[in-house]
Amino acid sequence: MAEFVQQVVAGLGDGAIYASLALALVLIYRATHVINFAQGEMGMVSTYIAYALIAHHGWSYWPAFVFTLGVSFLGGFAIHETVIRPLHRAGELTVVMATIALLVILNGLVSWIWQPDEKILLSPLAGGTWSIGSVAIPQQSVYDLIVVLVCVTLLWLLFRYTKLGLALRASAVDPSASRLLGVRVPWMLSIGWGFAAILSAVAGMLAASAQFIFTPGFMQVTIIYAFAAAILGGLESPVGAVVGGLMLGVTINLLGTYFPGQISPDMRLPAALALLLLVLVFRPAGLLGRTVVRRV
Amino acid sequence: MPLLELTDVRARYGQVAAVHGISLTVDDGEIVSLLGANGAGKTTTLRAISGMVATEGSLVFDGKPLPRKAEGTARRGITHVPEGRGILGELTVSENLKMGAYLRRDRKAVASDLDEVTSELPWLRDRRDQQAGTLSGGEQQMLALARARLARPRLLLLDEPSLGLAPIIVEQFFALVRRLNEEQGLTVLVVEQNANAALELSSRAYLLEVGRVALEGASADLREHEGVRKSYLGY
Amino acid sequence: MITRRFVAGLVAALVAAAVILLLPLFLSDTHEYRFAFVATFFIAALGLQILTGYAGLISLGQSGFMLIGAYTTTILSVDHGWHELATIPLAGLLAGIAGFLFGFPALRLRGAYLALATFAIPIAVIALAKKYSDFTGGGGGKNLTRVLTGHEAYVLTWPIAGVMFVLAWLLLLGKLGRSFRTIRESEIAAVSSGVNLTVTKTLAFGISAFFAGVGGSLYAIVIGFVNPDTFSINLSLLLLIGVVVGGLGSLVGVVFGALFIEYVPLYAPDILSWAEKPFGSPLDPQRAGAGAAVYGFSLLLVLFLAPYGVAGLLRRAYKSLAPSSYTH
Repeated sequence: MAEFVQQVVAGLGDGAIYASLALALVLIYRATHVINFAQGEMGMVSTYIAYALIAHHGWSYWPAFVFTLGVSFLGGFAIHETVIRPLHRAGELTVVMATIALLVILNGLVSWIWQPDEKILLSPLAGGTWSIGSVAIPQQSVYDLIVVLVCVTLLWLLFRYTKLGLALRASAVDPSASRLLGVRVPWMLSIGWGFAAILSAVAGMLAASAQFIFTPGFMQVTIIYAFAAAILGGLESPVGAVVGGLMLGVTINLLGTYFPGQISPDMRLPAALALLLLVLVFRPAGLLGRTVVRRV
Repeated sequence: MPLLELTDVRARYGQVAAVHGISLTVDDGEIVSLLGANGAGKTTTLRAISGMVATEGSLVFDGKPLPRKAEGTARRGITHVPEGRGILGELTVSENLKMGAYLRRDRKAVASDLDEVTSELPWLRDRRDQQAGTLSGGEQQMLALARARLARPRLLLLDEPSLGLAPIIVEQFFALVRRLNEEQGLTVLVVEQNANAALELSSRAYLLEVGRVALEGASADLREHEGVRKSYLGY
Repeated sequence: MITRRFVAGLVAALVAAAVILLLPLFLSDTHEYRFAFVATFFIAALGLQILTGYAGLISLGQSGFMLIGAYTTTILSVDHGWHELATIPLAGLLAGIAGFLFGFPALRLRGAYLALATFAIPIAVIALAKKYSDFTGGGGGKNLTRVLTGHEAYVLTWPIAGVMFVLAWLLLLGKLGRSFRTIRESEIAAVSSGVNLTVTKTLAFGISAFFAGVGGSLYAIVIGFVNPDTFSINLSLLLLIGVVVGGLGSLVGVVFGALFIEYVPLYAPDILSWAEKPFGSPLDPQRAGAGAAVYGFSLLLVLFLAPYGVAGLLRRAYKSLAPSSYTH
């Protein structure tokens, strides 16, 4: 029983990371109808920036964390303005290829600038456990969950209750009607990319600490889990992405714990994907997705 | 000086020209209608005004050239209710209304406008959390108008408001537009295939054919014009 | 159907064949060896062109199917004494079947979802290869018994590449090609015109995987060694980028794509040194990641400047030289 609770908590911690990245994917998909294959790498770049601030410039963790979020926002904004916007008239395939190009470029640049050797991003959240009776709750997982939930909540509040949030949602729902209402839609879409970049930065930094060591490829597996979570939740549903991420984290963890023979660490990802495929066979729109019926 | 003046405006979609040199004016406080069959270029003309299509020629609003982007024309006080009403379907009724006032900074005045609009149409308040996409066509049209009012436009562009609506709804809608024009001096340029209703509402009209102005004049005169009567009024 | 376009294509193909025949006379053994790799990538990329360029289904899984082909050849020739050449068709077939089987559940996924699912293929296949290490030699890989010289590799791979090209061309010529293209434009339109989506899509995956399998098999033979990590997602990305750079929807363009795949990483350090000069060359261009940055940028450049790839540029050049009576 104690093992079960521990693994659930650990799973929630992992799941929170997937959820954050999945939410970034959903945000971008809802806004610009693009699958951003580079979202994981964007989070990775953010992580390296934080790393550079801490390891090379002596910043302490939280200031570096927050500063990185700011830089990430600008980065996401800039990428949409310079790469995605100009290409969007050329069709979906071209934009997808552009995100793939970004994926390759970002990975290459980071390897080139910072070297592909293993780095450490020490966070003040790492390591310890709390003991409640015979249960040892990993602190890192709890903190990961809290950080992500805080970010998600703040974002939700922004979207639901602010004018900017309303304009962002309107732009995603109907760009041309929004333009007629005076909304600078392309600007809004870039802002959406900025927020998505913040979410992927959070995912990256938390994941780096959770893994202890990281290399330029460290988000490549996470992004797949995030994709799986986003699809599980139904690609258009932010709630679905978060719930999907958490559920995925917990499920994979439990499967790995109770079936260590079949689900070795190497097999975790294929297992997650098999799970995804299974869900999609029965519910093609994802667990929480809904078939959108549009009124003509 | 007219509020809106178009001189030899041409507009196209990619390589296909839809409007081949249209000139028209709209004076402050007028209701003007644009009539014509499908494909005559009426919708394109409105979109040229609101900056949704590429145009050549002169478009002058309130003495100054119009910006070529939709966000820009909205900022100059032109509110365009597009064909199909442009309701943000996945947002609620109240969110749609809020978006109407998107460009305004005067919170108090917006609030009082909102009160005014919802007191005339109480269901806007009763069903404020309903998803706008689930409203009926007539309700959406009323919502679109209410939303447009919240923008306090200098010029209201209506694109085929009667499309898909029952005649009695059309009547109510146009009655409301007329009242707004009479009471608040709202200037309106309305595109309509329903020539009867449009000519009754407007004081002047332009008849478009194949991207050009074929006929123009006072609505009363056009209603008596034999060609118009035969082709567009049905008698 | 002897149109001007057909003649142009035929001429281009004959020229290419002549070039390929004569090239060994001018190349050193090392270069011939490299060109052999170009052939293997060419074959795998042809498959991807059929799937993505013609049927419009983005796939990042091509390297996974190459792995299947490569390991089939390796295991059969090393452990079971088959002659390498004999393994090639079987390698293609097994990979093709895998692709076909992937097609079925993948049917439920559209566009973006599908691309994501294919992302998983190389990962899953590599994980399996590492897990069943008794068969595959696990992470350490497996050596083949025969090692080829550059010239032998060239002579082995290019005729097969030629055959595969003709095969691709024939497959796409008739109804199948049209079905693919219709799916690419609009699935709804395809269904309305009687295209069986299930069959056509799974066929697309199967065929492209077959090509990948053959390419993978040849790759293993040429390099003399297989290792799971060779066939990672990076290779899939490289193949996709090559196809786009060569020109989506152009079989001929794939040649340029294959050349791009083989040579850009090799010349990347030079390109980077040149690019770095105005900035005072802060970073060593030989370092890891430099190549990736260069080919990523190249892709972006192509997307912005020449979205129809090299083939598109050639087509435009041809059109400006020989104005045809086509409108558009």
